[in-house]
Amino acid sequence: MWLLRIAWRNFCYRSLSSVLTTISLALGVALVVMVLAVFGIVTEAFSRNAQVGYNLVVGPKGSALQLTLNSVYYLSQPIENLPFTEYMEFFDAPARAEMVRKYGGDPALGERDGVYYPMIAGGYAIPLALGDYLGEFRVVGTTPDFFEKLRHGPTLEEPFTMREGRALESYSDDYGYYEAVLGSRVAAHMNLAVGDTFSSTHGDPEGKGHGQKFTVVGVLAPTGTPNDRAAFVNLEGFYLQENHAKPLTGEETIEPPSEAPNDPDGAMPLTIPEREVTSILVRTGMPMMGVVLENQVNESLRSQAAAPVGEIAKLMNAIIGPLLAALLVITLITCVVAAVGVLVAIYNSMNDRRRDIAVMRALGARRGTVTGVILLESFLVALIGALSGWFLAHASIWAFSGEIEDRTGVQVGILTTSAYEWYIFPLVLILAALAGILPAASAYRTDVGTNLAA
Amino acid sequence: MTEQPTAKSSEVLKLTDVIKTFDQPGGGKLTVLDIPELTIDAGEQMALIGQSGGGKTTLLHLIAGLLTPDSGSVRVAGIELTKLSEQGRDRCRAATVGYVFQTFNLLPAFSAIENIQLGMAFGNRAIDTERAYDLLDKVGLSDRASYRPNQLSVGQQQRVAIARALAGKPKLLLADEPTANVDPASSDTVLDLIIGSCRDENIALMMVTHSMEVTKRFERVEHLDELNRIFQTL
Repeated sequence: MWLLRIAWRNFCYRSLSSVLTTISLALGVALVVMVLAVFGIVTEAFSRNAQVGYNLVVGPKGSALQLTLNSVYYLSQPIENLPFTEYMEFFDAPARAEMVRKYGGDPALGERDGVYYPMIAGGYAIPLALGDYLGEFRVVGTTPDFFEKLRHGPTLEEPFTMREGRALESYSDDYGYYEAVLGSRVAAHMNLAVGDTFSSTHGDPEGKGHGQKFTVVGVLAPTGTPNDRAAFVNLEGFYLQENHAKPLTGEETIEPPSEAPNDPDGAMPLTIPEREVTSILVRTGMPMMGVVLENQVNESLRSQAAAPVGEIAKLMNAIIGPLLAALLVITLITCVVAAVGVLVAIYNSMNDRRRDIAVMRALGARRGTVTGVILLESFLVALIGALSGWFLAHASIWAFSGEIEDRTGVQVGILTTSAYEWYIFPLVLILAALAGILPAASAYRTDVGTNLAA
Repeated sequence: MTEQPTAKSSEVLKLTDVIKTFDQPGGGKLTVLDIPELTIDAGEQMALIGQSGGGKTTLLHLIAGLLTPDSGSVRVAGIELTKLSEQGRDRCRAATVGYVFQTFNLLPAFSAIENIQLGMAFGNRAIDTERAYDLLDKVGLSDRASYRPNQLSVGQQQRVAIARALAGKPKLLLADEPTANVDPASSDTVLDLIIGSCRDENIALMMVTHSMEVTKRFERVEHLDELNRIFQTL
């Protein structure tokens, strides 16, 4: 106990040097903890968003990662589009026949089950049409199924809830085909609320604005998923924007629609040959059928199926894994630099304290005792620095927790820690012990007679 | 520390044929001490005088076990120091020897009372706080217990140093010119404290001094020049 007291008194006696050394160590530890925390938040954000309610994303042939990024995270550019008939392959004959009646198209499409239908029995297929923007945010054309059937949250059991308003409908008497639901971040950032209208821009955020405005009918409660960063519009309204209809060749067989309600402006839904989807979110009724469906889709000429969880795992292994390794190396270097700071501070003070050490020896202290005092002092600096740095980092993260949750959906408390953080404390203490060895050895070798006479 | 006393039980210090040399920068060895015999009995008080550089402080360091002789025997409180390891000498010093320095050598990070307690702590003894305060009271500084050395006058610092040296209840007190750095008024106080305390607690005292005034306070005064054979052969 006395050794600790002596070490503490020495720490306090050389308060300026001790405090500066401790601050430098604390800042190093804080930097490391913050880097690890940010990495943890990014990883968590990616991982949790890969845990979506659907098993597969189906899109055009190309990069599976790109398909995942633009359909799940609304990042990157869409690869291409698929004909609407590809989407229809997930439905049975009656549903396909109804689509033909509703939108107009070749009646033969409704005479058979879709080729993928048997594999998703009990599941669902939800179309997405991408390509437009609302400010910096993606506009996603989809159907009401998106809000009715998709689930999110840690157990994938949470339905989407509206902070304000309601989900969009296929057609409403109030707004026809032009209803929109905004993700929570989009509404906040664009300052839009239920009843407001907006025009999307074509192609990119600076693209030409479409003439037809969508009316916001609902704002999603925050989900902590990329859906917070998307503006969802009725797929039919999306199709009816100028330049969104696929040009017809004239060789298509089109039976006019018989069920669709007339839009107040006289617009009718696009016919099936004019429709395209960017991707299809698919959930199979039986999980094991996901693999079968994935193989079958990938064997087709036009489409590919990607499992978001697998793609994100590959991304993590390919990019984030090495990034983590690099961060850990930086962590180690930072800790070593901080430890060297401790070494320099204590070693520089050794000249001043040789006499004290000699006096302690003369009073009966053993060499091991004075060595222990120096090591304990190094430990004290490390312990106080590491704890201060840890609290500083977590207080900073906590101060920005609202913003982090807003942007990533990841909730961060003041005591939220990453697994790697727990390696910092032993690492810093071990390095401090190593840093203390040189001055401690100097203390050990201190010649009593010479220094008492000095 | 396990060795039992074999000398006369009244002898606290006995040096026999002690030779101490130091390496010289240009090579070779310089003999500093060559003492055939020196003894001090329990409670005996002795002043040691000698010329500067004559080896007085080296002799104190040998007796304290801070240095070891090249040959000869150094027995303190019946314990043969030359047969002990450095750790053993540290233990022996903490248990049997008190040391008062010319420059006080209080530890600057600690208060007066803590400096006294440290004298006990290093001896692996339980900290006797009551004795520490009693000693501080004895040296007239009970109202300065929490003062740091830099908050005390020179004379007060030496008084704390005396209390520290007595804290471990030593059998032998070594005082290396304890009055050299204090003013004449304080010098008497310091001497009174050292001599009186040693007498009260039956502690043998060896005080190195240059002052003839100081030697007048001692019945036994030894000249190192006479004890040390190297001066006799010059």
